[in-house]
Amino acid sequence: MEVDMERRKALRSGAGLGLLGLLASVGLIGPESALAESQKNAFEARTMNDALDALGEALPEDTAAILLTAPDVAENGAVVPVTVESSLARTEQISILVDKNPTMLVSSFAIPEGTEGYLSTRIKMAQTATVIALVKANGKFYRVSREVKVTAGGC
Amino acid sequence: MSAPTKMRATVKDGVTEVRVLMQHEMENGRRKDEAGNIIPAWFITEIKAQHNGRTVLEGRFGTSVSKNPYLIFRYRGGAPGDRITLTWLDNRGDTRSDEVTIS
Repeated sequence: MEVDMERRKALRSGAGLGLLGLLASVGLIGPESALAESQKNAFEARTMNDALDALGEALPEDTAAILLTAPDVAENGAVVPVTVESSLARTEQISILVDKNPTMLVSSFAIPEGTEGYLSTRIKMAQTATVIALVKANGKFYRVSREVKVTAGGC
Repeated sequence: MSAPTKMRATVKDGVTEVRVLMQHEMENGRRKDEAGNIIPAWFITEIKAQHNGRTVLEGRFGTSVSKNPYLIFRYRGGAPGDRITLTWLDNRGDTRSDEVTIS
């Protein structure tokens, strides 16, 4: 718990990333401490499993019912256009993740009844990585992923 | 002081499409300035869009959303003249709300 508090402080200051990496490498901070109970903490997750867990589902189902549009090659990693279109009935939540960014979760949207399962946005990518759209529909989680090659990282 | 969010909303076949361009630096807290000091994280953490007081979209952002966040979303309902409000909150506690009329 104490370790976790320190971690939070370090995160808040934004200056603790190098130190955290060091601590993690000598085993003072186990990967499990990144696990958190609320969705808010999903934004601090540094591994895909942690991010998915914090969002509520470690093993989402792959599906063809979600269309993820992103460029094959992004010249500028600071601005990568991404569009998610879910044709799943009662889409409740859409999250966008990038597996090689310092923090995996980019953004997460709650889709109320009456709003379509469609979102278009622009994200930052540190390097060539897999972009994942995680969709919660009717209480179940689904995902679709796509690799985007990044020429100049922009995180 | 924050700059106004640019928005455009159109309705077609009963579906309203909203395009949003928020004005925000979205600093991720990992970049350094010329002197080598870390630039503190400064980014939008939450957004909410409402149509005549009804929430049509809610979002949470991390630090990997691009500078000047851009969004397109669609919802059923809406008529020309209706008002859409977009509110954001950043990690410094700043907030701003802007409105657009559906054309």
